[in-house]
Amino acid sequence: MAGVAPRRGRLALGLGAAAVLLTAAPPFLSAYPLTLLTQALIYAIFAMSLDILLGYTGLPSLGHAAYFGTAAYTVAILATEFRAGFWTCLVAALAAAVLAGALFAPLAIRATGTYFLMITLALGMVVWGLAFRWVSVTKGDNGISGLERPALGPLSFAGDTAFYYLTLAVFAGAAACLVLVVRSPFGMSLMGIRESEARMRSLGYNVWLHKYLAFVLAAAFGGLAGVLWAYYNGFVSPVEMQLVTSVEALLMVALGGSGTLVGPALGAGLIVFLKNFVSLYTKRWLLILGGVYICVILFAPGGIIGALRGVGALRGWGALRRWRRPGARAR
Amino acid sequence: MEFWVLQSFNGLSYGALLFLLASGLSLIFGVMRIVNLAHGSYFLLGGYVGLSVVWRTGSFPLALLAGGLAIALVGVAMERLFLQRLHGQVLGQVLMTMGFALIFQDLALLIWGGDPYSLPAPAWLVGSLRAGALVFPVYRLFVIAVAVAIAVALWLFLERTRAGAVIRAAVDDEEMARGVGINVARVSMGVFGLGAFLAALGGVVGGAFIGVYPGSDFEILPYAFVVVIVGGLGSLQGAIVGSLLVGLLDNFGKALFPELSYFTLFAPMAVILALKPTGLFGRA
Repeated sequence: MAGVAPRRGRLALGLGAAAVLLTAAPPFLSAYPLTLLTQALIYAIFAMSLDILLGYTGLPSLGHAAYFGTAAYTVAILATEFRAGFWTCLVAALAAAVLAGALFAPLAIRATGTYFLMITLALGMVVWGLAFRWVSVTKGDNGISGLERPALGPLSFAGDTAFYYLTLAVFAGAAACLVLVVRSPFGMSLMGIRESEARMRSLGYNVWLHKYLAFVLAAAFGGLAGVLWAYYNGFVSPVEMQLVTSVEALLMVALGGSGTLVGPALGAGLIVFLKNFVSLYTKRWLLILGGVYICVILFAPGGIIGALRGVGALRGWGALRRWRRPGARAR
Repeated sequence: MEFWVLQSFNGLSYGALLFLLASGLSLIFGVMRIVNLAHGSYFLLGGYVGLSVVWRTGSFPLALLAGGLAIALVGVAMERLFLQRLHGQVLGQVLMTMGFALIFQDLALLIWGGDPYSLPAPAWLVGSLRAGALVFPVYRLFVIAVAVAIAVALWLFLERTRAGAVIRAAVDDEEMARGVGINVARVSMGVFGLGAFLAALGGVVGGAFIGVYPGSDFEILPYAFVVVIVGGLGSLQGAIVGSLLVGLLDNFGKALFPELSYFTLFAPMAVILALKPTGLFGRA
């Protein structure tokens, strides 16, 4: 473990620099890059929440957009139909996402690997189907529009800069919570389950309960991202829940590096910028995005973080092992 | 009464179309444990290739053949060049097939444009049969006939031929199959080609029935997955029963509870999963 201390130091330095940059950036950015940055932060929360399942517990969910979308729809419906305020929307939306997660988890965590993937895909489709067809509540394919950005007492978050800072604050809070979770004994147990479920069970850990809690926790933070998204976009549609969104979140995690929190956040940022910039210059951006999927898997299976660790030359046995066996955890 | 007969008939014919997709998807899953998100793309591309062939030659049978074979080649190439090296990497495979699905979607848009088309059916399949007050479109009967023929052919192939036995061995226990000298890599490639062929065939057949249009790939993919999940992964019987069930559920759901139609389709699936995680005919 000789290399851990310098790496942690460098990580802290990097994070500090990122925090300063993110806080100081708005005055130097024009409107468009700023909204992209907001979007990137929202997706970063989403991708980190997915990584609790995928990277830390070893459960590849193909339906994570369900919780993002459930929360986003809850906000949209409450805010437009019932004129509910920010806190009501936030609490109700998180409760809805947690409820969805708590209901779906028992079905999903009976399985592992590909079967887990299939079941979460199917459950995601249940929610998407409701959003798409339950027109009297969700307005179906048209989506719900006319969502206004929130105000907290005297503070209005209607402006892009103000909303950016709100997003940044929520992002920082969420990231801090998730770091605490993965560093806690609970987080360690999750990683133990990822590495060997049978061993954890024979050591007396309640594997089912750990997976269940990880699932619900991931749903909750996915929902938090959905709340921000609903306010950011001002419009919610079934697109937010579709399979492509769930897979995109997986790509963000894989691109950044699963089993870390920094990785998915980086991956989310990269994908958001790539999608937006490429679509500015060419209509063929789906072609390019498809190519990105394939290249990430072929050339950077450990993601950016994995590649950095590789470049950093065999630093730390755990990092090396994780880098060498990118697929091992997902099985 | 009329309502029930006609809706059942419509459900059956849609189920028949789904079977063409789902049988291949299920076989692919059975042998390779891959969640192939590009399977809907084979359906889409098959439809477009068939469309071009019909435009050029006017021959519907030729369109079926050309669409099926061209996409089978695409499937084989995809498996051979890309997926085979990701053996056992669940996440990698999913993302890889997603990448291909996006590329195929965009290529189709680039080549055939964004307009929806309907593949012209040959004259002998146009029109309808009357039985009292009931009217059955001939084309839908044809779709059902094609699915039955494919199901019988697949069954004979899997149960009665040596190649079929090899595939079943690879589905049941891959390691054991390797152990007795079966070249599982080659089996995977063949099964992938077969699955792509069937899905593309479905695309051509479906082109004269639900149309050929951008987005049909991701529209039909969930249905195919539901069939496979309900029926059980890797099981032909499961694909047959699952297709019928999904076709009927979807049709009656849309007719009776339009607002909850996807829910009436997906919720029974969730119940089946809760009771039997491997699906109706699947083995763990």
